[in-house]
Amino acid sequence: MKVLVAVKRVIDYNVKIRVKPDQSDVDLTNVKMAMNPFCEIAVEEAVRLKEKGVATEIVAVTIGPKAAQEQLRTALALGADRAVHVETEERVESLAAAKLLAKVVDEERPGLVILGKQAIDTDNNQTGQMLAALAGLPQGTFASDVVVDGDKVQVTREIDGGLQTVELSLPAVVTTDLRLNEPRYAKLPDIMKAKKKPLDVKSPSDLGVEVASNVSLLKVAPPPERQGGIKVGSVDELVDKLKNEAKVIS
Amino acid sequence: MSILVLAEHHDGALAGATAHVVAAAQAIGGDIDVLVAGENVAAIAEAAAKLEGVSKVRVADNAAYAHQLAEPLSALLVELAGDYTHVLAAASTNGKNVLPRLAALKDVSQISEIIAVESADTFQRPIYAGNAIATVQSGDPLKVITVRATAFDAVGESGDAASEAVEFVADNDQSTFVKEELAQSDRPELGAAKVVISGGRGMGNGDNFKLLEGIADKLGAAIGASRAAVDAGFVPNDMQVGQTGKIVAPELYIAVGISGAIQHLAGMKDSKVIVAINKDEEAPIFQVADYGLVADLFEALPALEQKL
Repeated sequence: MKVLVAVKRVIDYNVKIRVKPDQSDVDLTNVKMAMNPFCEIAVEEAVRLKEKGVATEIVAVTIGPKAAQEQLRTALALGADRAVHVETEERVESLAAAKLLAKVVDEERPGLVILGKQAIDTDNNQTGQMLAALAGLPQGTFASDVVVDGDKVQVTREIDGGLQTVELSLPAVVTTDLRLNEPRYAKLPDIMKAKKKPLDVKSPSDLGVEVASNVSLLKVAPPPERQGGIKVGSVDELVDKLKNEAKVIS
Repeated sequence: MSILVLAEHHDGALAGATAHVVAAAQAIGGDIDVLVAGENVAAIAEAAAKLEGVSKVRVADNAAYAHQLAEPLSALLVELAGDYTHVLAAASTNGKNVLPRLAALKDVSQISEIIAVESADTFQRPIYAGNAIATVQSGDPLKVITVRATAFDAVGESGDAASEAVEFVADNDQSTFVKEELAQSDRPELGAAKVVISGGRGMGNGDNFKLLEGIADKLGAAIGASRAAVDAGFVPNDMQVGQTGKIVAPELYIAVGISGAIQHLAGMKDSKVIVAINKDEEAPIFQVADYGLVADLFEALPALEQKL
């Protein structure tokens, strides 16, 4: 079975972001970028499926500027067999991303598509669900366990209040939650080998998809600043402040 | 304008989040209908009819919608969406699972987790783990939106809406429900609690979370956890507060043994009053805490329980 994994280049999760002075967006110049953490988990899951003999080939795909090829090379170093880069400098919203990925799914015909549940920049949590809808596939979102069994996959999902297990017919779309697995690190020889693995570059127009969105970003502003408060010296003082100053307990 | 709100419900009861989503719908303005979809949902529909500002409750009571599977539920929403300009749901795991699927099937964008309504087509939402607030405008004919419940005050229960059955039954041969394992708790729901006390890696192990229970009982609080505590296996993941867990905004949030990583702050920094108890006085949590206590939690917690 072929597994398709979608990855996204985002600002590194440790970076404290800056909003541009003109409030048009977040400033990404000279900022450390990395693979979205949920996407790393998706790649790891695909690699584990291959190690178990379930997956025969792993194709990594990304949408974005030229520099996003770094993240594809990372996926290749972690164990993906080949990569597809849909190159565009435009801001690609979830719906357009899902349309582009649906075209790639159409071409590649994977048995399983794995994405992260959300990107830590836009925090949308949409693309996997939209892809499933457009490709006419069932979805297993927020997965913390994935078991492929013949032409079905059992997905344990993290839901409010606990866990839910669903069975989906293959092909299917799965999005990863943090607890699905612990991603491995790429080893230097694998990073060297990844440079020789095939990487196809396509454009949105090759795939016949219009990237423009009906949603416009009017403004990006910093959130209201929260003032640090005071340090209290003892539990007694804390309880006194909460009762008499903040009045949040009685 | 006409708005459809997808009711959130668990265990045969309407979830509190629905009243907050109706409040967001009121901020948009127009007629508000609520869709209750599930199996044996009569009592839930009755509760939804009482929500202030609701004109009509549409009830899809069928085994096809049990367990809120995304495939049949999105097909149902597609069937009904033609009557509306907006479809809203809570930014819960259900809302997040179903609404993007509806949006794609209608070929429109989806706007996730709004925290404010500026107008019927312009909304504010947090990005980058809440470190920036984006204002977005949708030009789509249908606006599909999930709502951060804690950002809107719940509407009251003075309503008396009419109820109408929905006959449409979605076919679904792609997904089946296997099982559910829900965490049992007598405490208030984490997302709706007025007081939340959370433990982090500093708790040391799962047994020590018992130290929080006495305090939680006295304050009527829900117990939360940081991702570090969940990943270390101290507590189950549905207790996690943060960008990847639940978003809370209680009156009082007490963070115990939590350093205050960006990921955690994203889930709780809109709390009214934040208290931090940590033995590391350099911990970033103190930069957002209204009241900080630099102390060993194993001494501070029993003392706090006794004082309350």
